[in-house]
Amino acid sequence: MPSALPAGDPAPADGSLPPSALAGLGSRPFGVYVHVPFCATRCGYCDFNTYTAGELGTSASPQSWLEGLRAELDLAARVLGTPPRADTVFVGGGTPSLLGADGLADVLAAVRSSFGLSPGAEVTTESNPESTSAEFFAGIRDAGYTRVSLGMQSAARHVLRVLDRKHTPGRPVDAAREARAAGFEHVNLDLIYGTPGETADDLKASLDAVYSAGVDHVSAYALIVEEGTALSRKIDRGVLPMPDDDVLADKYEQIDAAMTAQGMPWYEVSNWATDDAARCAHNLLYWRGHDWWGAGPGAHSHVGGLRWWNAKHPARYADVLAKGESPAAGRELLTADDRRVERVLLELRLRDGLPLDVLDPDGQAEAKLAADDGLLEPDALAGGRCVLTDRGRLLADAVVHRLT
Amino acid sequence: MSTFADKTFTPPELIRNFCIIAHIDHGKSTLADRMLQITGVVDPRLMRAQYLDRMDIERERGITIKAQNVRLPWQIAEKPHVLHMIDTPGHVDFTYEVSRALEACEGAVLLVDAAQGIEAQTLANLYLALENDLAVIPVLNKIDLPAADPDKYAKEIAHIVGCDPDEVLRVSAKTGFGVKELLDEVVLKVPPPVGDADAPARAMIFDSVYDTYRGVVTYIRVVDGKITPRERIKMMSTGAVHEILEVGIISPEPKASVGLGVGEVGYLITGVKDVRQSKVGDTVTSERKGATEPLAGYREPRPMVYSGLYPVDGSDYPELREALDKLQLNDAALTYEPETSAALGFGFRCGFLGLLHLEITRDRLEREFGLDLISTAPNVVYRVVMEDGAVHTVTNPSDWPDGKMADIFEPVTKCTIIAPSDYIGAIMELCQSKRGQLGGMDYLSEDRVELRYTMPLGEIIFDFFDNLKSRTRGYASLDYEESGEQSSELVKVDILLQGEAVDAFSAICHKDSAYGYGTRMASKLRELIPRQQFEIPIQAAIGSRVIARENIRAIRKDVLAKCYGGDITRKRKLLEKQKVGKKRMKMVGRVEVPQEAFVAALSTDDDKKKK
Repeated sequence: MPSALPAGDPAPADGSLPPSALAGLGSRPFGVYVHVPFCATRCGYCDFNTYTAGELGTSASPQSWLEGLRAELDLAARVLGTPPRADTVFVGGGTPSLLGADGLADVLAAVRSSFGLSPGAEVTTESNPESTSAEFFAGIRDAGYTRVSLGMQSAARHVLRVLDRKHTPGRPVDAAREARAAGFEHVNLDLIYGTPGETADDLKASLDAVYSAGVDHVSAYALIVEEGTALSRKIDRGVLPMPDDDVLADKYEQIDAAMTAQGMPWYEVSNWATDDAARCAHNLLYWRGHDWWGAGPGAHSHVGGLRWWNAKHPARYADVLAKGESPAAGRELLTADDRRVERVLLELRLRDGLPLDVLDPDGQAEAKLAADDGLLEPDALAGGRCVLTDRGRLLADAVVHRLT
Repeated sequence: MSTFADKTFTPPELIRNFCIIAHIDHGKSTLADRMLQITGVVDPRLMRAQYLDRMDIERERGITIKAQNVRLPWQIAEKPHVLHMIDTPGHVDFTYEVSRALEACEGAVLLVDAAQGIEAQTLANLYLALENDLAVIPVLNKIDLPAADPDKYAKEIAHIVGCDPDEVLRVSAKTGFGVKELLDEVVLKVPPPVGDADAPARAMIFDSVYDTYRGVVTYIRVVDGKITPRERIKMMSTGAVHEILEVGIISPEPKASVGLGVGEVGYLITGVKDVRQSKVGDTVTSERKGATEPLAGYREPRPMVYSGLYPVDGSDYPELREALDKLQLNDAALTYEPETSAALGFGFRCGFLGLLHLEITRDRLEREFGLDLISTAPNVVYRVVMEDGAVHTVTNPSDWPDGKMADIFEPVTKCTIIAPSDYIGAIMELCQSKRGQLGGMDYLSEDRVELRYTMPLGEIIFDFFDNLKSRTRGYASLDYEESGEQSSELVKVDILLQGEAVDAFSAICHKDSAYGYGTRMASKLRELIPRQQFEIPIQAAIGSRVIARENIRAIRKDVLAKCYGGDITRKRKLLEKQKVGKKRMKMVGRVEVPQEAFVAALSTDDDKKKK
């Protein structure tokens, strides 16, 4: 079941943005996110905004979605006045690879026609290993994609089964190799750790597999039991145990040690990359509070301190756009205080850290205490930046609490 | 309904003053109700159960907290008599009030449940009545119950009172069986009051109650002279003079009268607004040509048990003060003064007559004033003599002095426990563990025994009664009265979180039970305090000596929420929500302690559940 949208203010039907949000547009990095709300099946742990063909029936299809997407990107270009060129494009989901190489080429073409791409723009698509092939990668490479992110999750068959993932344990590594062979320098593998039944050896096998795939980027997320998912019901019934925080901490440390040893140091709490060029520029844009337009059902956008989010259901999304209206379901104009809290919340997760002067005097005093507690790097703090220590990374949310 | 008893200045030889001594649940209120009905003062259609218990809490708990009194007409051999029935408080905390009620009587009905036999408090009050030379009329109640064993308990009562088992009356207050005969017996056996009608007025206050509309209503028993509404009266303990607004009798609704004569019981209203100006045990006399000698036996109410009361929500502090002010209007024994706890914020250190008094007060504050309260563990009053000769009276563990102590004194009590003889071993074991000294033991009947102990009050107010009940399957009853003080090896046990003492958890205990308290609190807190970013040592210490320790391991990971995708709004709102939750935490040094942890750590509820 997809999770709920936030509560916010109503969004205007014409999609217009207040002048304050538009001020300075183009002087900051700008990205485009495209949400593909389709999956072949729903995984038990997932609460993303995604639907199977069976769930949608005749109410929406990839065709109606693509029409809606084009209409939204046109609307975006219109309401932004002079649309900036996209420095990053990220096609996520759902399962973008379900669209096939041609479908993804259409998506990128639509972004190009509305915004254009900056020279050297990063263009990523997520893919599920089982719906890719050498031809697929060649196709999207030709279309202009520069980066691929593969949902590997684990190399252990029994873990993949608990997660309802359909691919075989070896497929993600093969897919990563195919992608590299097709010319992709930047390939990411996504891992999920802490799945019930996953042992330290299982995790080691996953990490070894990542290493053998030769990718330049890894994201590893702790399994989060989201309310309303099949996984959460299984845990409630006692069929599966709840992931234990201490075990999750052990596994995080295991991952971080292995990644560091493989020459991929962390650059965000849940992300590791070989070097600066390998970092995901699109995600960095989120974490640094830059501007992006999120197109597609349920997508979130941020431009100059205005956040808004689209209607979630693909049918509703397509209908609204067919009428020539904005698909935004709600929005919020961030106050100065909101923006400060968000900066702490997001930038603290980066290895580059957060400038100390973003904090209020209480927060700055607290930062020194947090350093004494071993949660922030004392040297970085002396240089005016808050940077999490290894232990602090595991307690990032608590540190954010203390600093805000 | 009006009767001949509505007219006052009845000749003393036609008056009988009596009370009913009974244990909770033995049917005192039901018997009183039946007497109201049989004597005809209450219209049967207006009769409601437990007519004389006014407060909801009294009716709910089935106990009488404040004594009531009622004037009843009763004809015997066509001679109209006036009976004053004085209802006595039924709990150990109110022994002094009981003693004043007894003082107002010449006779006592000893009411005992025919299925349960006499209980410890009844026995204690009976002894008090016998000491006051009251005529005792032994009565078995509930003889209609299938479980009743009147023959057995008649023998038991006869043995205690020193009469023949045949003299023990048998009634059923519920059905009314035997109640007429009981009223006749009151007239026959209870001596009429004796007093000097021409002497200066002397009347004893045996109760005073605050009424929202009328101010303080003072219940008195006239000993000498008369009290009339036209004169001014003087309270002999303070010398305060008041106008009398009204004098009257209760039958059972208040009725104004022309005055009260020798031996009569009634009320007076002076317009004072605070029961502390009209104290139980005090003597009322006329302002002009008043008595010079007060009646014997007056005593200032003295709190025996102290506890800190704190609002769960600190902003309720002004409401708590106002509520205590209001309660005190009707409760001369309640004392309170502001105190500050580092852990609990602003509150009041309150003094009570005993544990029940504490519980009732707390209940009323929560129920009648809608307050949510935390109460700290109750403690008694200690007297600490320092080596330099300084003396400290300690009513709060936080005020325990530092430095070299020469001697420490704690209040002790004389306890009476009555239980089936099967439980003698269990009771002795318990009393010994609570530092009790066996004073004597008597068999009341073949299988029921009375044990007498001297025991520190501090042990009794902790969890003694619950323990006693559970070890005797509820069959034991307990009574205690204060009995001076004793020198004891007492220590203050502090509970420290991360090296910082939490004042709300400090306790004074005997050195032999300090370890038990320390380990119990430390392990309780380990369960109750959530893991935090740093390790939290919990220590129990006497001074600088640590006697128990536990550790709350540092949390290693809080939710590493996914922070991809653009839904930053949701994450920020989650953070804001968590921050609001944190505000409800109490900070002890740097440790966040949830409010619930204080409530749970300070309550003994979970101990009860385990047993």
